[in-house]
Amino acid sequence: MMRIACPNCGLRDEREFAYGGEAHIDRPELDCDDQAWEEYLFLRANPKGEHAERWVHVHGCGVWFNLIRHTETHEVVAVYVMGVARP
Amino acid sequence: MTGYRLSHGGGRIDRGQSIDFSFNGKRYAGLAGDTLASALLANGVQLVGRSFKLHRPRGIMGVGCEETNALVQLEHGLSSIPNVQATMIALEEGLVAQSINAWPSLTWDIAGVNDRLRGLFSAGFYYKTFMWPDWHWFEWLIRRAAGLGKVPVVPDPQRYEARHVECDLLVIGGGRRGLAAAAQAARDGKSVLLVDLDQGLPSLEGVRTFEKTAALGVWDHGFVLAASEGRVLHRIRAEQIILATGKQERGIAFANNDLPGIMLAGAIGRYVADYAVAPGRSGIFFVNNDLGWRSAIEAAQCGVGVRAIVDARPQVLPELADRARAHGIDLFFSSLVRSAHGRGRVTGVTIEKPDGLSRLACDFVGVSGGWNPASQLWTMAGGQTKFNERSQSFQPDGLVANVEWAGPEPIEAEPIWTVHGGDEKTMFVDFQTDVTVADIKLAARENYRSVEHLKRYTVLGMGVDQGKLSSVPGAMILAETIGAEPGTLSASKVRPPFVPTAFGLIGADLRGERFRPRRYLPAHEWHVREGAVFEDIGWERPAAYPVGGEDIQAAAEREAAAVRSGVGLLDGSPLGKILVAGPEAAAFLDRVYVGTPSTLKPGRIRYGLVLNENGTILDDGVYARLQDGSFLLSPSSAFADRMVRLLEDLLQCEWPMDVVVQDVTEQYAVWTVAGPNARNVLEALQPSFDLSSERFPHLSVREGQLDGSEVRIQRVSFSGELSYEIQVPAGQAVQMGDALMAAGKPYGLVPYGIEALEILRIEKGYIHVGTDTDSETQPGDIGFGGAIAKKQSDFLGRRALTRRSSLSPYRKQLVGLTSLCGGILPVGGHVRAPSGQSGGFVTSSQFSPVLGRGVALGLVEQGQRRLGEIVEIVSLGRSWQARISETVAYDREGGRLDI
Repeated sequence: MMRIACPNCGLRDEREFAYGGEAHIDRPELDCDDQAWEEYLFLRANPKGEHAERWVHVHGCGVWFNLIRHTETHEVVAVYVMGVARP
Repeated sequence: MTGYRLSHGGGRIDRGQSIDFSFNGKRYAGLAGDTLASALLANGVQLVGRSFKLHRPRGIMGVGCEETNALVQLEHGLSSIPNVQATMIALEEGLVAQSINAWPSLTWDIAGVNDRLRGLFSAGFYYKTFMWPDWHWFEWLIRRAAGLGKVPVVPDPQRYEARHVECDLLVIGGGRRGLAAAAQAARDGKSVLLVDLDQGLPSLEGVRTFEKTAALGVWDHGFVLAASEGRVLHRIRAEQIILATGKQERGIAFANNDLPGIMLAGAIGRYVADYAVAPGRSGIFFVNNDLGWRSAIEAAQCGVGVRAIVDARPQVLPELADRARAHGIDLFFSSLVRSAHGRGRVTGVTIEKPDGLSRLACDFVGVSGGWNPASQLWTMAGGQTKFNERSQSFQPDGLVANVEWAGPEPIEAEPIWTVHGGDEKTMFVDFQTDVTVADIKLAARENYRSVEHLKRYTVLGMGVDQGKLSSVPGAMILAETIGAEPGTLSASKVRPPFVPTAFGLIGADLRGERFRPRRYLPAHEWHVREGAVFEDIGWERPAAYPVGGEDIQAAAEREAAAVRSGVGLLDGSPLGKILVAGPEAAAFLDRVYVGTPSTLKPGRIRYGLVLNENGTILDDGVYARLQDGSFLLSPSSAFADRMVRLLEDLLQCEWPMDVVVQDVTEQYAVWTVAGPNARNVLEALQPSFDLSSERFPHLSVREGQLDGSEVRIQRVSFSGELSYEIQVPAGQAVQMGDALMAAGKPYGLVPYGIEALEILRIEKGYIHVGTDTDSETQPGDIGFGGAIAKKQSDFLGRRALTRRSSLSPYRKQLVGLTSLCGGILPVGGHVRAPSGQSGGFVTSSQFSPVLGRGVALGLVEQGQRRLGEIVEIVSLGRSWQARISETVAYDREGGRLDI
C-alpha cells in the first residue's frame, strides 16, 4: 500500500484515495471522427516505468490531482495539481 | 527407540511446571515453555501425520515455521483450526490437537494404500489418470483421500483486532543482527519497532518489541502487515525496514527420506539445546556443510547418542573432526546416505562410501543440505536475488527503496541435491505435498521447464509452509534435469503471507455488523413502530408493512392497490439530493444531462438521463431548478454517491466552471404521499402555498410550511399517481411521518414499502437503471432518441451515440411483455430468437393487482418496432408465450398524474 502526498493534506495512506486512470487525456470535440473517439475512450498507455495518472483524495479533502508513479517500483516521482502540464 | 527428555539443560523449559495436553485422543504431559512439537518428541511420539497425497507416515522435521509435516487440527473450545504447524503452537494446559488427513486413524490409515499405488499419483495425475470416463466418478474418492485439515463447521469464534503502528525503523527478526540494528537506531534517537516470531527476546532501551509476531509481507512505501499470535493484525508503516530474518536449512533427497525420525540437523540442535529433548538414542547426521557438524556435536555434548556423521565433502576443519571424534562419533567423508530403512519410522540407513555400501542402524537421522537466506520478505518487497556458488543459495542482491537486507553470511555447502541410486519415487523434495524427484523429472520431460510451471504442475511449494524447505532444492533439481547451469533457475516467487494466516485476521474487526455500516433512515423507529419488514439495499428500507399474517408479496399487492385507489405514504429519504449552484450551474448541467436543464424555468422539474462517455445510461432521475443559479438533482438512491463523485470529477478535471456541488442527501428526509387522495392529505396540514394543479402543477417544486415545519415539496411521481415528495430536515422525519399518518387517516392512508413501489413503477413502465438497462443500453433504446436529436450542444456520452453500433437497427430495446395466460413472467427469462438463440430477456416482472395480471418489462432486439408480436420466453426448461407491448401497462395517457 502506497503513501501519497495530497496537495492539500500531505502524506496519507493510499486507502484514503481512489485511482482515476491515466492523466492528460484530452476530450475530443463532438465532430471528431470515430477513431479519435475510440482512442479517447479506450486507448491507454501501459508503460513499464513512469506513468502520469489521476487520483482523488476521496476520504479526505476531495481534491483531484495528478501524480507520476513508477509502475515497477511504485515510487511516486511527482505530485501536481489538476490543470498543470506534466513536469 | 524414540524421543525422550534429557535430564538436564533446556533453555526454554521450566521443569517445575507440568502441562497436560491431548493429541489424537491420548493424554500427555509437557513442560511450560514447550511447543506442541517439542512436547510430542519428549513423549516419544514420532508419528504425527500422514502426507497429503500418498498418506505416508510422517514425523516432525523442523522446529519453526519451516515445518512441513507436523500439521494438526487445533481444537479450542468451539473453534477448530486446521493445518496448524505443531512447531508453532505454544503448549497450553488442556490443549487438544489432532492429526490431519488420517482416516480412520493415524496408525491404521486406509488410504495408506495410496502409497503402494504411487505410480498412479505422479505429477499431474489429476489431469491424466481420472479423465476417463469422467472426473466426477472419482472426485468424491479423491476429495476424501487427499487434503489437509477439516473445515470448521461453526463460524470462527476467535476475536481479531487490527492496530496501526508507525515507526522510523522496523526491524524484522530478533537475532543477533536484528537486535544490534535495533539498539543502534534507538541510540540514534529513532523510533524503533522490532518484531520476531519467537518470545523471550531481551528488552532494549527505546525499542518497542512485538514477540510471537510474524511479518506476513512487505508492500509499497514501507508498509508491512504483521500478526501477533495470529490474533492481532498490525498495519505497520515504517520509514525504513531492516530484514534480519536469518537463514533456513534445507534437506537432501534420498530414498525414503521422509520416514519419521529423519529431521533437519539444525532442528535437532534446537530441540536439544532449547527444550532438552532428544529425538532418539542413536543418530546419524548426513551433512554437506559445517553447521550440520555443529548440530551433531552440540547434541552429543548434551548427552544424545550420535553414532556417525556422513559428509558429502572429502574433509572438514580438523577442529570439527577432532571434537566429533572426542564424542565417539564415527566419521564418513566423501560419503552419502543413499536410503533410509524402516516401517513407520527410521531404523537404519544405507551409506554410500568411496569403498562401497554399508548399512548402519539408527533411530534418528539429522540432515543438513545447506542453508538458504530467509529472503521471502526481501523478494516480496521487490528485491532481486543472485546465485551464490559457495553456499549454493540465492542471496539478496541489489537495492530496494527503504528496505535493507541484514542477513547472515552465506554458509559454504557442497552442491548435493539428490543421492542417486535409490527409488526416485521415494525421494521427497516437498514433503507436505508429496512431490518427489521422480515428479520433478517427469514434469521436466513433459516440458515444464520454468519453476513457476513446475510449481503449478507438481504442487511443489504449494503447501502451508510455501516451500520454505522445498523450493530451492526443487529449482536446483529441475535445472540439473534439464541441463541448465546451476543457479539459472531461481526458486519460485513467494507471496504473502509468510506464515499461515487465518482469513479472519485479515478482516480483523471488520466482520459481521462491522463489515459495512448499516444506513438507517431518519425515521427508522417510525417504520419499526408501523411493523415494517426491512431489506438492506444500501439502506435499511421497509420492504413492506405486513398485517394479519400477510407475507411480503401479499402486503406489497395490498399496499400498491391502496395507492391506486386511495393514498399511500412512502419513505423516500435515500433518494439523492445534490445541490448544484453558481453562475454557470445551468451551463454545466447541460453538459451532464441528456436533456437541457438551462431551458428549465425556476420552480420547475424535469426528468433526465446521465450517460457515461460510452453512451451507456448511468442513471436517471429528476432535477429541479430552485432559482436561476441553483439546481437540486435527485439521482436514484443507489447512484447518489457516484453522482457527487462524477460531478466533482468533471468540475475539477474536465470543465473547470464557476459551480459548487453539495451533497445534502442525508440532511433531509423525504415523505412521498401518492394516490388520488394525496392532495387532500396535504391540505389537512395547513400548507403555506396553493396545492391546486393550476398553481402547483405536476413537475414543479415549492418551498414553504407544512404543519408548521419548513418543507420543500416536489410534485413528481414514480407511481403514476398524483404524488408529492415532501423534504423535511432529517431530525423532523418522525414528526412529519406522524402528522401525515394522522392527516391521512380519513382517507385510508397506508404506509407502503419498496416492494409495492416496484409493482407501481413496472405497471407504469418506469425504468430502474441497472435492472431494466444494462451496460449496452443507450437513451434511444428506452425511447429517448428524440430528446437527443433536438439538442445541439455536447454532453457526456453524446459522441458515442453516433457510432455505428449505436445506430444499429438490431439493438435491444425496452418494451413491455404481457404473458398470454396472464401469469408472471420469470425475470431473467430469455426471448427466443428465430435462430434459437437469445433475442432479449425479461428485466422486471410483477403481479399487478390493479390489472389482475402479470406485468413485465424486457430488453428485446428491435423491440420497439415489434409491438404486438408474440414471442416465446424460456427459463430453466420452461416456456411462456408473451406479447410484446407498450412499456406503460396502466393509465397510458397519464391522466392520473394530472388531477
